[in-house]
Amino acid sequence: MELCDLGIKELKDVFAKGEASAEDAVKSVIARVRAKNGSIGAYVSFDEEAALALARENPKSVPVAVKDLINVKGQPCTCGSKILEGYTSPYDATVIANMKKAGFIPAGRVNMDEFAMGSSTENSALAVTRNPYDVSRVPGGSSGGSAAAVGGDMCIAALGTDTGGSIRQPASFCNIVGVKPSYGRVSRYGVTAFASSLDQVGPMAKCVDDAAVLLGAIAGRDPRDGTTPSLPVPDYAAALEGASLKGVKIGLPKEYSRMDGMDGEVKRITDEAVERCAGAGAEIVEVSLPHSEYAMAVYYIIAPAEASANLARFDGVRYGHRSKDASDVYSLYVKSRAEGFGAEVKRRIIMGTYVLSSGYYDAYYLRAQKVRTLIRRDFDEAFAKCDALLTPCAPTPAFKLGEVQDPLTMYLNDLFTIPSSLAGVCAAAVPAGFAADTRLPVGVQFICGAFEEEKLLKVSKAFENATGTARDLAAAAGKIPSVF
Amino acid sequence: MKIDVAYAAELARLELSREEKDLFQSQLDGIVGYVEKISEVDVEGVEPMMHGHTLVNVFREDEVEESMDREDALANAPARTGDEFLLPKIVEGAES
Repeated sequence: MELCDLGIKELKDVFAKGEASAEDAVKSVIARVRAKNGSIGAYVSFDEEAALALARENPKSVPVAVKDLINVKGQPCTCGSKILEGYTSPYDATVIANMKKAGFIPAGRVNMDEFAMGSSTENSALAVTRNPYDVSRVPGGSSGGSAAAVGGDMCIAALGTDTGGSIRQPASFCNIVGVKPSYGRVSRYGVTAFASSLDQVGPMAKCVDDAAVLLGAIAGRDPRDGTTPSLPVPDYAAALEGASLKGVKIGLPKEYSRMDGMDGEVKRITDEAVERCAGAGAEIVEVSLPHSEYAMAVYYIIAPAEASANLARFDGVRYGHRSKDASDVYSLYVKSRAEGFGAEVKRRIIMGTYVLSSGYYDAYYLRAQKVRTLIRRDFDEAFAKCDALLTPCAPTPAFKLGEVQDPLTMYLNDLFTIPSSLAGVCAAAVPAGFAADTRLPVGVQFICGAFEEEKLLKVSKAFENATGTARDLAAAAGKIPSVF
Repeated sequence: MKIDVAYAAELARLELSREEKDLFQSQLDGIVGYVEKISEVDVEGVEPMMHGHTLVNVFREDEVEESMDREDALANAPARTGDEFLLPKIVEGAES
């Protein structure tokens, strides 16, 4: 085992024993990335010198791969888009500043769907990322580079972002733990905006303990993001000591078991997860989220609407691509944007502009926000009856590269993750097993109320204790990442 | 309801090729058709949820802080002149 095969907690133990330094860890990650990035494509850039310099300055720090839409001063930040080719970040995002204070350093930039729009990372304009468990398949998305890097042991841990499932679905596809914090738990300052009422940064890690410590490092009030409340950040990692499911009420949303298009193995593994929770002492209760069937529709109005406004800043004026064929300001805008954005981004900008345009605003955007209120109320009512919800993470295991062509079919990947995003509550993807037929990893999702990350992580940890860590599950399935 | 792709693209300052226009038209008609299912929901008397949570009116002291260095802010400019971003002529008759 190399240092890069370790998780955060394990690496810190090695540091504590004086057996290795942060520089050794970064060197190990670099060696693995040099050897495997050609086949996995998790990273889009890696400033080795910068990472090594940070490691030398902070000899007990843990390197973290960063999704390529989070600003790190002096580093590129492409957002998976041609429009930001050559861009260099002039400042650190708050999550990066927080992370550095807590003993983590940014090391390498990982691939993503362009502007976080997608569920397979195939929308990246920069590189193809492959699933470390089967290189013919996608790693999920939009945080596919983060998931592939963690799942393929090409990093210690990673940061991703989640707007409608972009941490959780790739975590499920790549056999890792991913946490989407409650809306407002983590600052969005310096994180390129997709849909501002939904975006959250979260940890992607090899086990629940690691996700907890990394979440604790990045979370909290930021004067630069008015949506972060002044709530204390508990010591999440310490709270996991002795985590148990005994007496915990786990809610099963009855609507979710009837969702169309769910893979048989995903259903089997989810049912097994329910039994495992019951076996560990949890009380299983049925709950209802009656407006879930409208969540996809609400999301594909609200997210594109917000995206169309956020992406208006890419106009070729202050940064990013500028068309060489522009003769006046209007053509500068339309040509720079046409040349810089990919198809999915263009589709969503058009969709978002349409639902916000005069005459359609009330029927689409305003109505969607009202239905969003009803979705949030569903969760409030469900959490009056249980501590946490348990659902599948994604309807299927990882699919083949190029397999899903129709945008609407691709959107259905986020069927189980979108409702909790709209409600602003917290959720985690936790490895749960391997499909018998395809031998691909499958995760389940736990969901807790807003700012209940401590409870969410305790439930996830107790489930991990009952099920086995990602590494245990892979070994039991005789399935080590195919990069080895 | 059919989406007017050409009109929305113009509002969004996005030039589309003929092929893109046709492809997006058929794809977005499907997506708009799908999202129209929210019209089934009774939203009488329901307040819209404007944000991810219920925080409202966050205030801060209006204190002077150090801001980004001018050179850093201009470093990514596609074109500049001195301390300014350089653009094609906007005002009629002015020198660009």
